[in-house]
Amino acid sequence: MADKFAAYICSGCGIGDAMKVPQLEAIAKKEGKMAVVKSHHFLCNAEGVQMIKDDIANEEVTHICIAACSRRAKTEAFQFDGVAMSRANLREGVLWVVAAGKEHDEVRQEMAADYVRMGCAEVKKMKQPAGNVKESSSKRILVVGGGMSGMTAALEIADTGYEVVLVEKSGALGGMAANLWKRQPFKAPYAEAQDTGVAAMVARIAATPAIKVHLNSTIGDTSGAPGRFIIQVAQESGAVVEETVGAIVQATGFSTYDMAKLPELGGGQANVVDQAGLEALAKKANGGAIKRADGKEVKSVVFVQCAGQRDDTGTHLSYCSGHCCGTSIKQATYFKDQNPDIDTVIMYQDLRVPGMGEDFYRSAQQKGVIFSKSKASKVTGGDSCNVTFKDLILDEENNISADLVVLATGQVPNAGVDLEAWNPIVTAAEGGNEEAKVQRDAMRTTSVLKLNYRQGPDVPQFKHGFADSHFICFPYETRRTGIYAAGPVRRPMDILQSTDDATGAALKAIQAVENAAVGRAAHPRSGDLSFPTARLEGCTQCKRCTVECPFGAIDEDERRFPKFNEERCRRCGTCMGACPVRVISFENYSVDTVGSQVKAVSVPEEDEEKPRILVLACENDAYPALDMAGLARMTYSAFVRVIPVRCLGSVNTIWITDAMNSGYDGVMMMGCKKGDEYQCHFVKGSELAHYRMSKIGDTLKQLGLEPERVQTTEVAITDNARVVKMINDYVAELEKLGPSPMKGFG
Amino acid sequence: MTTANQNAVERYRNNFLKEVEANVEEGDMVKMCMQCGVCAGSCPLGPHWEHSPQKIFMMIRAGKREEVLSSDSMWMCTSCYNCIVRCPRQLPITHIMHGLANYAHRLGLAPKGQPTREFGTLFWNNLVKKGRVNELTLTIGHYFKDGIAAGIKTGLAMQAVGLGMVKAKRLNPMEIFGGHAVKDLKGFHAMVAKAQEIEAKKKGFTA
Repeated sequence: MADKFAAYICSGCGIGDAMKVPQLEAIAKKEGKMAVVKSHHFLCNAEGVQMIKDDIANEEVTHICIAACSRRAKTEAFQFDGVAMSRANLREGVLWVVAAGKEHDEVRQEMAADYVRMGCAEVKKMKQPAGNVKESSSKRILVVGGGMSGMTAALEIADTGYEVVLVEKSGALGGMAANLWKRQPFKAPYAEAQDTGVAAMVARIAATPAIKVHLNSTIGDTSGAPGRFIIQVAQESGAVVEETVGAIVQATGFSTYDMAKLPELGGGQANVVDQAGLEALAKKANGGAIKRADGKEVKSVVFVQCAGQRDDTGTHLSYCSGHCCGTSIKQATYFKDQNPDIDTVIMYQDLRVPGMGEDFYRSAQQKGVIFSKSKASKVTGGDSCNVTFKDLILDEENNISADLVVLATGQVPNAGVDLEAWNPIVTAAEGGNEEAKVQRDAMRTTSVLKLNYRQGPDVPQFKHGFADSHFICFPYETRRTGIYAAGPVRRPMDILQSTDDATGAALKAIQAVENAAVGRAAHPRSGDLSFPTARLEGCTQCKRCTVECPFGAIDEDERRFPKFNEERCRRCGTCMGACPVRVISFENYSVDTVGSQVKAVSVPEEDEEKPRILVLACENDAYPALDMAGLARMTYSAFVRVIPVRCLGSVNTIWITDAMNSGYDGVMMMGCKKGDEYQCHFVKGSELAHYRMSKIGDTLKQLGLEPERVQTTEVAITDNARVVKMINDYVAELEKLGPSPMKGFG
Repeated sequence: MTTANQNAVERYRNNFLKEVEANVEEGDMVKMCMQCGVCAGSCPLGPHWEHSPQKIFMMIRAGKREEVLSSDSMWMCTSCYNCIVRCPRQLPITHIMHGLANYAHRLGLAPKGQPTREFGTLFWNNLVKKGRVNELTLTIGHYFKDGIAAGIKTGLAMQAVGLGMVKAKRLNPMEIFGGHAVKDLKGFHAMVAKAQEIEAKKKGFTA
């Protein structure tokens, strides 16, 4: 079937009053070369939508451009299966943001005309994504780690009707929680420590046929992609069992911070234990009097909070592990419940009891646990332990003796290999360095997932070695599609948070296997059927796409060409932005779809004094912010032309060059916040874009252009007022610079 | 072990907290303080105290018996109830402060020469004598608490007020000879004795 193009222009919402719609129709027909051009006074109502549907059915229209509201509005009305569609934003992008009044009629009309031209140009280059359905796709889910998070995830997945493979390193399920005497209360009235519930969960797992448990086993190798992961489960005996799964939940939990690193707080000395050590003593006592290792009954105990945590000297953990205040409160009540005369002092600097922990705190106070806001500086162990501390309320140095001292050390995530350290070693090993090869192989043995990915054997880590996840928007998503981190491997947390977390990750894993089965993208472009393809005959094997992909989706084949694993791809287009020879494209988003829009804009001559500024706005945050500016009827310069991009990382520098060559006066790029506090939906996209643009200043200078003409900015979704000011300031700045010297050469 | 060490060992134990719980009005709420400091920030007399309520409560938990009971803080409370209203843990701070003052007074550990304490003693002794307050003897007693010379000086300074009150029949000079009592003075004394007996029993004092 031949492609047939149609444009539909809406004159509703006041568009028809402020703009000359017949003129826009003429432009779509003549310049946009649309076969069918129609306008409607209310395009999104049943009649308008039916008109489009009829054309698709009867006129064999395959590509449509809808010139109406923002692509973020009326998405349900304007949903047409089987056709490629572009949206020209006449309402939020023109009507609502260009100042009202006759004196602005001319620029408003020019802006609308350009958006129609751009919409038509874009749809001409688009293809309807064909999809990526696989013949067979596994819907089983692998859970790595059999602790509280892993067991919860396994049960939740099984309860939802999916099969689970649960791999646990040790000989029994339960993890850290199995070593606890009791857990912090998680049910009203939140006053007493409760049973951990581990035994009941282990029994439930044993009674669930959909859960296959591998004990004493680790992951020997992981290859493939969502829907087709092949896992080699290495058993203790040396045997290897192969499992095929569709997604992975990584619930590998935490290790306790090594007390031996805290000699000043008595780490390693007699009768100084960490919280795990106290749990062991309490378990041994089994509800009776808690005794020390030497058998003496404990009559006084001091808990030192933040031991080796929240450390600002850079020696120990710099973060707060969140659970330890509650855990110490719980442990103090072990003593008080058994014998109220036992002296229990909790030395805290800031007591943090998240959730309903405040009630538990009160309950412990009722029982007579003494809470002292103080900082311990020295602990000595022995038969009579001694704690030197500063009382921060009374502002005085003091010391106290106790039978037992408990150090509240923090959680250290078991996230596997740190890829930041891995990458240089692998590069050296590939270069033939023998020592690096040994180092690499040793490092790989410490890996949790042993991924067979170009970009390393584990999920990338963020601050402090926790698995990187988008903290605000998609906490369970790691930077490896189809692999979800749950529990303390993701951030420090207690049991209650871990079970919530595991439930969330379980649901994400189910989404992943379902999406993989039909070739749809996972978050944040969930449902997207497009995927990148590369024209390999043009590829120079520069490896930029494989290295820069934030999600490790691209491997290299034997001939060192990029090998795309569609199921791992998030469709951000960072590879497309990276490619210096522009061979990577999506069916509905490519160098051409955007490039043709850039070129479709009619750039006025120098003497018209109407500058043109190209705004490439990230569709996740910046574009909504611009829409919301429109919604709030804030006005910005009518000289800008905004093109939404999937991620700033997908911006190919050719678009900038094209714009400059076409006589644009400036290019403004709007992406999400980058760096440690990043908000980029694709994690690295914005950062990469900023980095790439920092390099094009020289190119601009060679063209005789001022580097200021290209600006890269960070915009948050709430920045609607700020974004308006940014645009207007930038337009004023460009007016000072004067028109681009490239005008007229394009 | 030296005495200093002995003190240190006793610190941060429950002994004094338990003593306070047993003997001080609403003392059982002291352990519920979460050291937020809102009371300290809310007290209109804050800058004039030796220790804020927050500190007093921490000192109790730290076992600083002598320092707590000899502090002048409890005596500086004007019962404005700002702290009670604001305390997020609903501690009856004003009541506890008065309870602590009362307990320190009974033990004889309260600060000597503390004006509130002295006036309180004067007031109580005056009251129990006849079952009612004798304003003339109370005032004179108060003026002369620091000696005859100071008493005469204050008396002369207040002369005009006193004469004015006599003229307006608000003050009877004859009250200086003991004054009149409540109707059933014997019954009143019996009532006070019984109340003290009950309190002593409740707080574990041996009279």
